Amino acid sequence: MATYSDPFSALLALQRALDSRISSGWLARSPSGMGGYPPINIFQQGENLVAIVELPGVERRNLQIEAKENTIRIHGSKEVTFPKEVSVHRRERSVGAFDRTISLPIPVNADAIRAEYNEGILALFLPPAESAKPRNIEIS
Amino acid sequence: MNQQEIQTQQKREVEGRQESINAARSFVPPTDIFEDDHALIVVMEIPGIQRDNVDVRVENNVLTLEARLDYAKYQGLKPVYTEYNVGNYARSFELSGKINQDAIRAELADGVMTLTLPKTESAKPRRISIS
Repeated sequence: MATYSDPFSALLALQRALDSRISSGWLARSPSGMGGYPPINIFQQGENLVAIVELPGVERRNLQIEAKENTIRIHGSKEVTFPKEVSVHRRERSVGAFDRTISLPIPVNADAIRAEYNEGILALFLPPAESAKPRNIEIS
Repeated sequence: MNQQEIQTQQKREVEGRQESINAARSFVPPTDIFEDDHALIVVMEIPGIQRDNVDVRVENNVLTLEARLDYAKYQGLKPVYTEYNVGNYARSFELSGKINQDAIRAELADGVMTLTLPKTESAKPRRISIS
């Protein structure tokens, strides 16, 4: 398992590790839902999967997450409002509705999914379903 | 509500005039800038950055934001599928107007940094009455 404890090269090592998995085939056979937003990174943490989604500036009430078997749907809307009577010089932040569905290669225990939204990052902790956990086989 | 669908923006890397001493990559935060009579407001998206890791300053009329990612959070996480990279954020803007540097306010909420840069009295617009 990769560790990032050496402060000198840690961030670079993390960036390389992320790069090496860019659009890996892991989700390739699954329908990617209706749109590509928001971008999702998926990690393994022990036996759990962790999906980390960058969603800066989305209010919790505008963010919905649904899970069914191995399918996760993230949908909602991102609003950016400008006060009246201002002149706008630059507009780079994206706004609008998003709806994305991903199908994981393994079934997850939908009842045990935990979601956290902090600092504009949505983290979904996805425990595998009992049926997907490995079993020790006794040799008779 | 019929909103348009968001397109994923590719993260833009910082291309400095000088190379940084740090080999790791930094990204440019998407930014909105607007102004009213009293202040210039700069809104930057820096998801995943904690309050204590952001440095904002104005020097010689240049506004600079630097934000450091706390990558310790990724400890023990093994990437299996990725669509974006993470890193520090950095961006500078040259300001045209005069800013009251002592009164700059910064707020960070849900990964969005809002900087309010009040204008100095001399930079505020004056209504000229016609006699």
